[in-house]
Amino acid sequence: MANTGNNDAFVAFERVQKSYDGETLVVKDLNLSLPKGEFLTMLGPSGSGKTTCLMMLAGFETATHGEIKLDGISINNIPPHKRGIGMVFQNYALFPHMTIAENLSFPLEVRKIGKSDREAKVKRALEMVEMGAFGGRRPAQLSGGQQQRVALARALVFEPELVLMDEPLGALDKQLREKMQFEITHLAHELGITTVYVTHDQTEALTMSDRVAVFNDGRIQQLAPPDELYESPQNSFVAQFIGENNTLAGTVQEIKDGLALVKLDNGDVIDATPVNVEKAGDRTLISIRPERVEFNRDRLSPDAHTLKAEVAEFIYMGDIFRTRLKVAGRDDFIIKTRNAPDQRRLKPGEMIEIGWLAEDCRALDAT
Amino acid sequence: MSDTTHTGPVLAADGTPLKRSLRRALRAQKLRALALIAPLLIFVLLTFIAPIADMLFRSVENQIVGRTLPMTVEELRDWDGEGTPADSVYRALYFDLFLAAEGKEHTKLGSRLNYEESGISSMFRTTGRDVDNIGKVYQKAIEKVNPAFGEGAFWYDMMSGGQGAEGNETLLSNQIGRLEGLESKTFKGDIGFVPGAEIYKILPNATRAYTAFAAFTVFMDEDVVAEEDPWEAVYPALLLDLREPATMAALAGYQGPGAQELRDLAAQADTLPPVDLKAALVESNEDWLRTEYWEVIKTYSPPYTTGYFLNAIDMEKTTDGIALRADDERIYGILFKRTMFMSMVITFSCIALGYPVAWIMSNLPARSANLLMILVLLPFWTSLLVRTSAWKIMLQQQGVINDVLVWLGLVADESRLVMINNQFGTIVAMTHILLPFMILPMYSVMQTIPQTYLRAAKSLGANNWTAFWRVYFPQSVPGIGAGSILVFILAIGYYITPEIVGGTTGTFISNRIAYHISTSLNWGLGAALGSILLAVVMVLYYAYDKIVGIDNVKLG
Ligand SMILES: Nc1ncnc2c1ncn2[C@@H]1O[C@H](COP(=O)(O)OP(=O)(O)OP(=O)(O)O)[C@@H](O)[C@H]1O
Ligand SMILES: [Mg+2]
Repeated sequence: MANTGNNDAFVAFERVQKSYDGETLVVKDLNLSLPKGEFLTMLGPSGSGKTTCLMMLAGFETATHGEIKLDGISINNIPPHKRGIGMVFQNYALFPHMTIAENLSFPLEVRKIGKSDREAKVKRALEMVEMGAFGGRRPAQLSGGQQQRVALARALVFEPELVLMDEPLGALDKQLREKMQFEITHLAHELGITTVYVTHDQTEALTMSDRVAVFNDGRIQQLAPPDELYESPQNSFVAQFIGENNTLAGTVQEIKDGLALVKLDNGDVIDATPVNVEKAGDRTLISIRPERVEFNRDRLSPDAHTLKAEVAEFIYMGDIFRTRLKVAGRDDFIIKTRNAPDQRRLKPGEMIEIGWLAEDCRALDAT
Repeated sequence: MSDTTHTGPVLAADGTPLKRSLRRALRAQKLRALALIAPLLIFVLLTFIAPIADMLFRSVENQIVGRTLPMTVEELRDWDGEGTPADSVYRALYFDLFLAAEGKEHTKLGSRLNYEESGISSMFRTTGRDVDNIGKVYQKAIEKVNPAFGEGAFWYDMMSGGQGAEGNETLLSNQIGRLEGLESKTFKGDIGFVPGAEIYKILPNATRAYTAFAAFTVFMDEDVVAEEDPWEAVYPALLLDLREPATMAALAGYQGPGAQELRDLAAQADTLPPVDLKAALVESNEDWLRTEYWEVIKTYSPPYTTGYFLNAIDMEKTTDGIALRADDERIYGILFKRTMFMSMVITFSCIALGYPVAWIMSNLPARSANLLMILVLLPFWTSLLVRTSAWKIMLQQQGVINDVLVWLGLVADESRLVMINNQFGTIVAMTHILLPFMILPMYSVMQTIPQTYLRAAKSLGANNWTAFWRVYFPQSVPGIGAGSILVFILAIGYYITPEIVGGTTGTFISNRIAYHISTSLNWGLGAALGSILLAVVMVLYYAYDKIVGIDNVKLG
């Protein structure tokens, strides 16, 4: 959020709102800015307004309110074809009646670039995505992954400074997706392009991006680099949306020295770092990552609060053990432990005591 | 494993070749599929393929001349086309015409030949009426010599050669066949008469005439041969035979019934009137002397003819071969060109008017698109006749549009626009009627073109027009192609609308075809015109396939 209103931002959304039907706001008060060369991902559940934001940026939807700036200039009234923004569509939108080379040549032709120049650029772009040999084919004669590369090459061939991608890998299988993720980030950084990338796959968002904007309900819930997003979620939506997460409901008893004492609904008391709780009596959801839970009493500070837990299930997963526990009236509490030589394997039915460092446990809003 | 597949055919589990057992397995499936489509197949065969085949056949079929005048055609073969044919031709004509007139078939032949040369039909009609009287002259003369020749029973005995005489079955079946050809029917069963073989040798003409009479009596009049008096034609035939020099000698040794009477009659033959059938026919109608009529008969005597087709392309057969008709007699070339031209104009108007509508429909949300679709289909709910008549009311000189123009002062009252009963009227009305056939395929193609293509084009820097023209339009071409084929083919064969609003300058070839089918009854010419139309459509379809590719056409 620190970048909001930044004057040297390359792309900036300022108080942008969008409504399709005049009744509900699909995008509510969006403020976002990104510097040149950044790879920003919009991540969020379906219907959260990601595509809408992208379309407003590309110029296919108009903002109901607010301003969108590109390089400091408001582009609200500039038609899409004059914005010079490259775009990769979810279904690639390769023109079926043109060959691959013609597809790539199209943006250059409409820019009235000479024939020899055009051919050189098309060739270079195709080679960049390792599709040099396919120039004469039609899109229908390519596999999904190949089409994806061509779509990427087409969006880049006219050397835009900003590229938008709306779930470009959604139709690919897992392996290909991972390969393409790497290639896209690699290319984007190599060419120094500013990229806005939309996905609802959190792994994709975390691995590719410089920063991730988590969308929900038409708002950015948190805008942060991937590690910060994972380790310090700002609210319970982000905590639950990103990665695996254990939550326990309770009420704040007191907040003291940057530490909150939370009384769980079954009466147990636990330490947590207050994030968006303010005073004693607030309802809260505490959030703790499975790999930060400790059941070895020796490794916890002596005065730390602990909870009693019963082992419900032990799952061997190779590199890690995944154990499901019954804690504080819930039976979906997960802990993950590394498969190390000294690691104890818990047995179902075993009674243990669990605890954590207060800074790993975050007291978030209760909604 | 791989060795066996190399050396022999792949075998199924039970040892039969895999291919054969597969074929057997598929056969039942195929039979079931065939049974399912059989009703449609039969329906199409009966209502579509068969009429087309019939039409193609009729456009070259010309058996009526050979069937009505079989002997004349035979005799005419040696005629060189100069002057009038030989007497033998007239003689054959008389007997052919007599039978045809009895069956009342001669007028049909007259009308048929009248298509080629007007005036022929009245010649056949008048002479057909006179053939009886021509024969009666000889009948009276012969009966005067011996009244026995007026009796049916006497003739029956004489011609059959008496009890137990050898019969000539060939002659009998030939004459029955002649009657069958004339009446286009098949006749079966015993007629109770067989011409005597011996008497036929002596009196060939009379026996032949009598046998024809016998067959006719049984099959057409459904009477008994022996009880009926023979018809007039047998008398000139008998006299012809008796006049032959050899007949006397042959009769001398003849023992069959009526031999004596025949000998007596032959002895007095010179006192009987001469048998000049040419003179008699010419007296009935002088046109039998006209060379061009005989030319027509000769030209059209083969069972199949290209005459209808030549006619349909404004050509005709003359003695010098095939030639273009005189300028003022050419109509079909103009009509074909006009039909093609107007169909094209209609197709282009439909594209121009329909494309935007289809475009809008494919871009609207489903609900509004459905509403528009109903509006597009609305014309289908009204009768074609009503719609066409409505255009008449709209476009006529005292009609709505002219009234409005006059009221607005755009057109003076005296000079109201002529918008109906000409090409303009036909084009307007038919464009309106055929528009849905253009919009529907275009819409169904456009629906499948996602909007993202346009967006992609714009994001790549194309302005609205370039995005449309370079990206959207090429993808919508299959719809235009399908609509155009549909509209053009429908237009080229359209009939009702040009008939009602076309006047004289706005009619199509189909109106002419309809005229020949229902008014002039020249089915052969109608069929030839129809066949040409069919060929034109198929050629265009082929050309379209070559140029655009038929797999580029999407109907849904
Ligand atoms: N053209 C439109 N007209 C009306 N409502 C729309 C339109 N496009 C999107 N919406 C609505 O706006 C909201 C946000 O849609 P958007 O496409 O931006 O979601 P998204 O985050 O991209 O979701 P997804 O991950 O499923 O693609 C949704 O509730 C959707 O129904
Ligand atoms: Mg989306």
